[in-house]
Amino acid sequence: MAATQQTIAAVQETEKYKYGWQTEIESDLAPKGLSEDIVRFISAKKEDPEWMLEWRLKAYKMWLTQADQEPSWAKLDFPKIDYQDAYYYAAPKLGDAPESLDEVDPKLRETYDKLGIPLLEQEMLAGVAVDAVFDSVSVATTYKKKLNEMGVIFCSISEAIKEHPDLVKKYMGTVVPYSDNFFATLNSAVFTDGSFVYIPKGLRCPMELSTYFRINEKNTGQFERTLIIADEGSHVSYLEGCTAPQRDENQLHAAVVELIALDDAEIKYSTVQNWYPGDENGKGGIYNFVTKRAACRGKNSKVTWTQVETGSAITWKYPSCILQGDNSVGEFYSVAITNNHQQADTGTKMIHLGKNTRSKIIAKGISAGQSNSTYRGLVRIQPKADGARNFTQCDSLLIGNKCGAHTVPYIESRNPTALTEHEATTSKISDDQMFYCQQRGMNPEEAVSLIVNGFCKEVLQTLPMEFAVEAQKLVGISLEGSVG
Amino acid sequence: MALIEISNLHVSVEGKEILKGIDLFINAGEVHAIMGPNGSGKSTLSYVLSGREGYEVTQGSISLSGEDLLAMEPDARARAGIFLAFQYPLEIPGVATSTFLKTALNAKRRAQGLDEIDAMEFLNLVKGKMKELEISTDMIKRPLNVGFSGGEKKRAEVLQMSLLEPQFAILDETDSGLDIDALKVVSDGVNALRGPERSFLVITHYQRLLNYIVPDFVHVLVGGRIVESGGKELAEMLEAEGYARFENTKAA
Repeated sequence: MAATQQTIAAVQETEKYKYGWQTEIESDLAPKGLSEDIVRFISAKKEDPEWMLEWRLKAYKMWLTQADQEPSWAKLDFPKIDYQDAYYYAAPKLGDAPESLDEVDPKLRETYDKLGIPLLEQEMLAGVAVDAVFDSVSVATTYKKKLNEMGVIFCSISEAIKEHPDLVKKYMGTVVPYSDNFFATLNSAVFTDGSFVYIPKGLRCPMELSTYFRINEKNTGQFERTLIIADEGSHVSYLEGCTAPQRDENQLHAAVVELIALDDAEIKYSTVQNWYPGDENGKGGIYNFVTKRAACRGKNSKVTWTQVETGSAITWKYPSCILQGDNSVGEFYSVAITNNHQQADTGTKMIHLGKNTRSKIIAKGISAGQSNSTYRGLVRIQPKADGARNFTQCDSLLIGNKCGAHTVPYIESRNPTALTEHEATTSKISDDQMFYCQQRGMNPEEAVSLIVNGFCKEVLQTLPMEFAVEAQKLVGISLEGSVG
Repeated sequence: MALIEISNLHVSVEGKEILKGIDLFINAGEVHAIMGPNGSGKSTLSYVLSGREGYEVTQGSISLSGEDLLAMEPDARARAGIFLAFQYPLEIPGVATSTFLKTALNAKRRAQGLDEIDAMEFLNLVKGKMKELEISTDMIKRPLNVGFSGGEKKRAEVLQMSLLEPQFAILDETDSGLDIDALKVVSDGVNALRGPERSFLVITHYQRLLNYIVPDFVHVLVGGRIVESGGKELAEMLEAEGYARFENTKAA
């Protein structure tokens, strides 16, 4: 079966949270808690060069000074996180590092098969190259050889640190410095794996690149770091998917993603986030505190973020664009669905620095059950950004009468030639619409799924084909039980 | 056994009795028209048949081929063959008409134990029906009913009906807001669906529609009761005399 169909089939089987199983595999765990020794332990496990260790330690020291200062401005309510009550490193015991895909532990292979992720290179036709991250370690990267021949580097960040230190040193931390915010600082100290992508000058990457993140181990945090560099005139589309087993306790996920687009380059970054959201009573689920930022460094560069956020107990995430190059473009398309007791505070920042920079924000929030969904966005136009343009549209849809939707836009314009537009709507699925769909034979869940998919259409249609189908199904699944 | 049997039906909305004992039997293949002044309970009858919330049956029963219709959810009634052409069709933003039609058709096919319809087969089927109803093909790409004119909305309702092939179709004031050309097209669409297995309940204020969709029986609904029943000539008489005579009956 082709990988795409496999993925679709996997999603179709889904009832409630189908990714809630865990893999019985022996793990290599660091002792619980966070200390300088743990940072050194992780660094040693990753066989970091000296400069990397130093960077981690700088971040760790900084984090210590702010240890009680998690950002509290978001509209999120959760108990204090005990950072000493988690494991910061968990790796499946693999023996020696696998030389080829054939050597990847069959149990891991099975896990990714179950998730519908094609790890086998025979799946050429699928046209998707995958980097799979299991807890703290990247277990396999497909199509490596083929991509290498074209000059594309697609590997785990640990490997990039060893094999391409110049590129990593030149760019890592330049978009999200280790001192950026509480969670980014924590990530900088303890990040364990993630993906690295470099697209050479003038190349249009012929396949979608994809990372699949999976948290398996109990009480583990996942701290991955992804760095994507699109050199002049290049083009890449990158997909990210995430799942985790169903557990009663909350697990922390604090990732950092940095994108850099040079002159005339374009990066399209799509996420379908389906971390375990907790049960219907709000027990368990992932705490998702993620810093994602792109620098449109070159002239005419373009970055598009598309996210479909259906999972996690808590989502704190603002994929942003710094529009430095003249005529550069930043786009943010988002669907955030919350059900039961989920909370999402998500949005974007568009920072206009260059002339004639343009940004577009389309955010769709859907709240059901007793959940809360907040759009929080900043559009800042700096004095030199002559002719900058922004268009923002935030729509909220409520299902039932116990949920909340909130829109918090910040617009700061320091240039009189700039134009910003903001539109916002809040609506409910009406009983009349439901009745109309039911009168045509659809059951209530089908009706909600259809109406919500219509509401999100503008965003979903920006996703690559295979992801769009998955996302449409997820929309329906994540709202199951929201109508009585 | 009649296809639809309505016996001594009393219906209240927010505690107020609207239908006060309706008896109506509709056999397979028959077209019945319900006529009546505003506020007589015509639309209430269509909603209680299709299962809309907020309509409380305080007495009486409705059966479809002997099955208790009132025990069924609205979507189950639809899958069992009840179709309501809405007086005011709802807008579903972002959902292409074709997507909506396909979802509805597949819901019905699943209930019948059939596989979902193949994309090409579906497209050919819809295009054929659209041609008959003089609907331009770009309409199926537009979000359902969003920005549709009154005539387009009604044609879209008939399109859905012809695709879903219901056993029992209720047309709720389908003629309202239609000019004479549109009325003719819509009526032709309905007439094409008439057959020995399918029954219709045509609800209208005016006789005009019944010149095009000629009923087998006409019932006059006034004050929540059927005050007179007859053939199509009853509609013609009403057109000439109005409802005043029955209003007086009610008062008496």
